[in-house]
Amino acid sequence: MSETPYALDIAGLTKSFDRPVVKDLQLRVKAGEFYALLGPNGAGKTTILRMVAGLLQPESGSISVFGTDTRTDPLGAKSVIAWVSDEPMVYDRLTPYEYLEFVAGLWQVDSREAQSRATELIGWLGLTPHAHERCGGFSKGMLQKVALAGALVHDPKLIILDEPLTGLDAGSARQVKQVLLDKVRQGVTVIMTTHILEVAERMAERIGVINHGRLVAEGTLTELRARIGRESTLEEIFLDLVAQKEMDGETAAEAAAA
Amino acid sequence: MISTPSSMPWFAAHEWRLMWRDGIAMMTGGYKTRTIALVFTLVTIAALMHLFANAMVGPWIDAGVVADKSTLVLVTGTGFLFWTVMLSQALESITRAYYSRSDLDLILSSPSSSRTLFAVRTGITAATTLLLACLLASPIVNVLAIRDGAHWLLAYLVFGAFSAVATAIAVLITIGLFRLVGPKRTRLISQIIAAVVGAGFVIGIQAAAILHFGNMSRFAFLTDADFIASMPDTGSLLWAPARAAMGEWLSLIVIVVIGFGALAGVIALASSSFGRHAIAAAGVSNMRTAQGHGELAFRPRGQKQQLRVKEWKLLARDPWLLSQTLMQILYLVPPALFLWISYGQTAGTYVVVIPVLVMAAGQLAGGLSWLAISGEDAHDLVVTAPVSGRAVLMAKIEAVGVAVAVVFTPLIALMLFASLELALTTAAFAALSSGSATAIQLWFRVPMRRAMFRRRQVASRVSTIAEALSSIFWAGTGVLVAGNQWLALLPATLAVVTLFVAWSLSPKGKRV
Repeated sequence: MSETPYALDIAGLTKSFDRPVVKDLQLRVKAGEFYALLGPNGAGKTTILRMVAGLLQPESGSISVFGTDTRTDPLGAKSVIAWVSDEPMVYDRLTPYEYLEFVAGLWQVDSREAQSRATELIGWLGLTPHAHERCGGFSKGMLQKVALAGALVHDPKLIILDEPLTGLDAGSARQVKQVLLDKVRQGVTVIMTTHILEVAERMAERIGVINHGRLVAEGTLTELRARIGRESTLEEIFLDLVAQKEMDGETAAEAAAA
Repeated sequence: MISTPSSMPWFAAHEWRLMWRDGIAMMTGGYKTRTIALVFTLVTIAALMHLFANAMVGPWIDAGVVADKSTLVLVTGTGFLFWTVMLSQALESITRAYYSRSDLDLILSSPSSSRTLFAVRTGITAATTLLLACLLASPIVNVLAIRDGAHWLLAYLVFGAFSAVATAIAVLITIGLFRLVGPKRTRLISQIIAAVVGAGFVIGIQAAAILHFGNMSRFAFLTDADFIASMPDTGSLLWAPARAAMGEWLSLIVIVVIGFGALAGVIALASSSFGRHAIAAAGVSNMRTAQGHGELAFRPRGQKQQLRVKEWKLLARDPWLLSQTLMQILYLVPPALFLWISYGQTAGTYVVVIPVLVMAAGQLAGGLSWLAISGEDAHDLVVTAPVSGRAVLMAKIEAVGVAVAVVFTPLIALMLFASLELALTTAAFAALSSGSATAIQLWFRVPMRRAMFRRRQVASRVSTIAEALSSIFWAGTGVLVAGNQWLALLPATLAVVTLFVAWSLSPKGKRV
């Protein structure tokens, strides 16, 4: 793995399904940064993150994770990434402990170290009373915590989360947010998509806004405010950026039609 | 508007519409061309079944059908065979009525009466059970009606009464289980009972025939002179269903009144508790199962071993798989018995055992492979792990191979005592059959939740048909090889062609 200041370096990334979803995307996230990716429904956020995690193949462009190209060395890149989706990837018939043992085994973490981390994470996330119960009867929040524990048990350098707070109660959401902030303080890079703009506003160091598969704006909250030229909340900035892009699109379409 | 909302006919129309659309979508996938192909296939199968039935009962009709004791024993025994299948089907449907959540939460939270809904769903279960029995028995009944007289058509009314009784008993068993073991275990125990009942009688008389007469014919017992002589005289009430089916009106009226009366009585008795039990069943998904007590020590394992252990744990804890495997194992009882009683005899008798074992191995491997390969609940986790896709698949295939070997090795070991050659032949073709089924599941893999196991056939009909055909062809090859027949090349070629066709039709290159 080469020395690079970037945890994630995306260049010219393109992906289409029945229509173009990601178009010539350039995106760089610094190591140890908390980065929030925002955008309206269908903007392409999840597709971008799934390509980074190795769940989708890009059509063109490159993705580099801590200097490792995900195409030439996918396993090397995967070994430092953790992926958490909005639908918890947990087995109904395994207990949280068994699940963490399995995940640690996949990432080849030393069994004693993994056990110590698993116990710590289970306690940290308030799952100790349920550690030896099968996940089948767990609530959405509990399942999401088990999935998060699974993502952290192999001590990743880059955590990618797709809407991790969806469906969580206030208490669980707070716990998850706290865990992520602690990880960033320890030097881990976190990239997260969210529709809860307040979360991005409070937690993220830099914010990227995606619309129609392109990065339409990027920067700290102050930089984004400066871009639209007035003191605003992130919600106002976001709506302004997305609306501006829609208008640009319509104008271009009208011009093409004329 | 056909009737008052929330009334019995209104619910019946609603249920019928859903069932019809679901059934058509399952069979045709929404394509008009497939509907035409489906009709053509059904007509062809019906014609073939009628020809087969004619060949089977023709000699009996030609000899002159008389309602003597031997005829009554044969008709009653055959009817009872169909009834056990009906009871098994009814038990499964009734359990689903309590546990299926698709629209039950909506209806139970509405001001509509849950009693009305229960009555409708129980009635529909009786109707679908009757339909199944008619599908199975209609060729025989129709041939008898055409060649021996229209009075045989009354057998359909007897089937109706039988399906009503089967449904009534299924309701009583389900409610009894709710009270005895609670909602958490009712579904599992009910599935096991359904599997045992469905296969039990068929296998039981087959086992009796093997032990008694040394052959595997299910009808050997029903046509045995000693057995017939031990049965009650022709005037006994035991023969009332058979006499009704043969056109005796008084018996028919009694059977129909008893059958439908029992169903109406059970509906009246059980409908008041339906809402309560259905709500209790809804809570099952929120119940938690403790697994062990203390903190377990993480074991150092390689990536592939970790994947294999995970698969074995999930397979061992799968309640659906338990009933499916139990069925497979039940079907292995007759050949196992055959092995046991034929011990020390000439090798020729073992030839009967090979196809059963080879087919069972293929079917079991197909089910397990689907669960391990396609039924991956944490697909994203496994794909994002630093382990190659090839290693993941290999580990899963190995896990399935070991599970199949655990079931079949004892039987093949038993064969070794009798004939090394036949044991090796069976082992080789069981391995080919299970390997083919696994390969087909591998080619047609589509990530799905494990809970979709019962609907796996819907995911790809090509893979289901190919899996069944390859098992049949390998079974045929095995038996011919054991008999030193050159003809074995024919089913072997057909098995290879089936695999090639399946591979060429599989969705290659569409997966990550």
